[in-house]
Amino acid sequence: MRTLRYLQALREAIVQEMGADESVFVIGEDVRHSLRGATKDLVKMYGEHRVIDTPISEAAFTGLATGAALSGMRPIVEYQISGLVYIAFDQLINQAMKLPYMMGGQGSVPVTYMIIGSGARSGLAGQHSDHPYPYVMHGGMKTVLAATPYDVKGLMISAIRDNDPVMVFAPSKVLALKGEVPEEPYAIPFGKADIKRKGTDVTVAATGHLVHEALKAAEELAAEGISVEVYDPRTLLPLDKASLLESVAKTGRLVVIDDSNRTCGFAAEVSAIVAEEGFSYLKAPIKRVTRSDVPVPFNLAMENFVIPTKEDLLRAVRQVMR
Amino acid sequence: MGLEMYRKMLRIRRFEERVIRLVNENEIAGVTHEYIGQEAVAVGVCAALNKDDVITSTHRGHGHIIAKGGHVNRMMAELFARVTGYNRGRGGSMHIADLSLGIFGANGIVGAGAPIAMGAAWASQARGQSKIAVCFFGDGAMNQGVLHETLNMASLWKLPLVFVCENNGYAVTMSIDNANANPDFAKRAGSYNIPSETVDGMNVREVYRAAVQAVRRARAGEGPTFLNCRTYRFQGHHTAEATMGITYRSQEEIERWKQRDPILSLAKELESMGIAGETLRSIEEETMREIDEAVEYARQSPEPNVEESLELMYATPYPGIPAKGWTE
Repeated sequence: MRTLRYLQALREAIVQEMGADESVFVIGEDVRHSLRGATKDLVKMYGEHRVIDTPISEAAFTGLATGAALSGMRPIVEYQISGLVYIAFDQLINQAMKLPYMMGGQGSVPVTYMIIGSGARSGLAGQHSDHPYPYVMHGGMKTVLAATPYDVKGLMISAIRDNDPVMVFAPSKVLALKGEVPEEPYAIPFGKADIKRKGTDVTVAATGHLVHEALKAAEELAAEGISVEVYDPRTLLPLDKASLLESVAKTGRLVVIDDSNRTCGFAAEVSAIVAEEGFSYLKAPIKRVTRSDVPVPFNLAMENFVIPTKEDLLRAVRQVMR
Repeated sequence: MGLEMYRKMLRIRRFEERVIRLVNENEIAGVTHEYIGQEAVAVGVCAALNKDDVITSTHRGHGHIIAKGGHVNRMMAELFARVTGYNRGRGGSMHIADLSLGIFGANGIVGAGAPIAMGAAWASQARGQSKIAVCFFGDGAMNQGVLHETLNMASLWKLPLVFVCENNGYAVTMSIDNANANPDFAKRAGSYNIPSETVDGMNVREVYRAAVQAVRRARAGEGPTFLNCRTYRFQGHHTAEATMGITYRSQEEIERWKQRDPILSLAKELESMGIAGETLRSIEEETMREIDEAVEYARQSPEPNVEESLELMYATPYPGIPAKGWTE
């Protein structure tokens, strides 16, 4: 099969959906010149009226997307930097997420928000390195965090076709990753995890770029006689609880590795679910490996110290196996 | 036209008066912000609109909903939190919406409706439609960043959008002079190259005249207009204010504005034009009947089933969301 890089696969999803549905358009900062690469050459293909460069006004263009969506369009909104989500927070949470419910089910807000290059990017410091998905999940927003080129294309297509607000996080550390991707459009349903490696001793629930770190760790641990199962939720909301619990029922141990903050982060939610609904399966306490609750520091060694790594995961797995 | 505007303004006034009573009698829960005194703005603007034109409203939204054609039965039922209400009991006073009438909702966040109205205007322009959008907001919104972002983008892209500032002089208790480095709103909008006009918001014909012009410009592709409508709310910021014993406006000031009651002024004008007092009285009676019926409709409507509280959150549903707060 043909191979594509992660970013190309994501872009191909946009290209194909824009080709299939005239109501799909892209809006954001510098999307015509495509600083982030996901919207490269879209202007040539579809024209300026469907690829909209905006002033630096995140709240206003987020609200514009809501109004256009209520009018029957299917906007794709790009935030050039993950931290820009905070500027648009009222429009995302109070407006886009709540309006259909508060209006008693009138209308819908089919907007896809995308963050290309989410997470720490080596030396971008405190405001450009966040993975802010717990904030939007807390508000009920469907959240995509794909690890592979294949997954991101199928999930991006599902996001664009979904009739609700969906936020797609594309971690910086996987954008250049290559993988097999079918040419034809395909949709991966939300809420279906992918077991990226089968194992029997410990379940590692890993997200985004950390799925690959988990796979590497699993390889190393296999040499030590520890069999690791790698659970990749692919969408954080909805979350495939059934596969998670099934995996933990088999292994009896859970380590969650996730690059959002520790307090009320994604790993906390996964741990709570298993503690509440899978307690009897557990042979050891659940272990979380997360980002520390500080802004990502500029110094590279400090950055590496506060974000979760393969080494942290190795130590955590060995600990729960003791 | 004059009579139709009179009827709409009176419908708003009587609706709001009844709401105050019902809130005080604890039949309506939560917070309501009455539109009494400002009726000429919503009615004058909406008289210039087509049914499919879009509006976004504010926390003080009842007037806009009625002016745009909203049905008082379904509004009252929503205030009573009944399943027959516009929002099926999930929204209440600050969120009434009717997408079939282009009402993209009242809104509990100051200024937040502006970019949403801009989105409707943008979609219309992008698809070559003749539809336009109006965003209503108060003077308080003049100091919200998102409104200024919207003014800039709407002017930049010549969007079919009309900005209607209902300048009643107070953001809750704060006067425009205390809140604004430059209280000349028309001038501030003008700095975005948006034609703007200060309008007598107590005179429905003046508002209508200005709105027709603004709407014509929008439909002709000439871009947004900003109307700074000087008006006044005769009541407090919300119903409960009456019992709070706070004074930020002098009695003299309130009385002075009441002298300019937009409904009484129009009634006088209509009578001077030869409309019989009998006609106005029959409109009054019909309006009272409508409001009585609305209250009756609301009272007799069923409460929503609480088991359905988790429904209508997602248009594309998936199992497991939204999560319920507690399960066995």
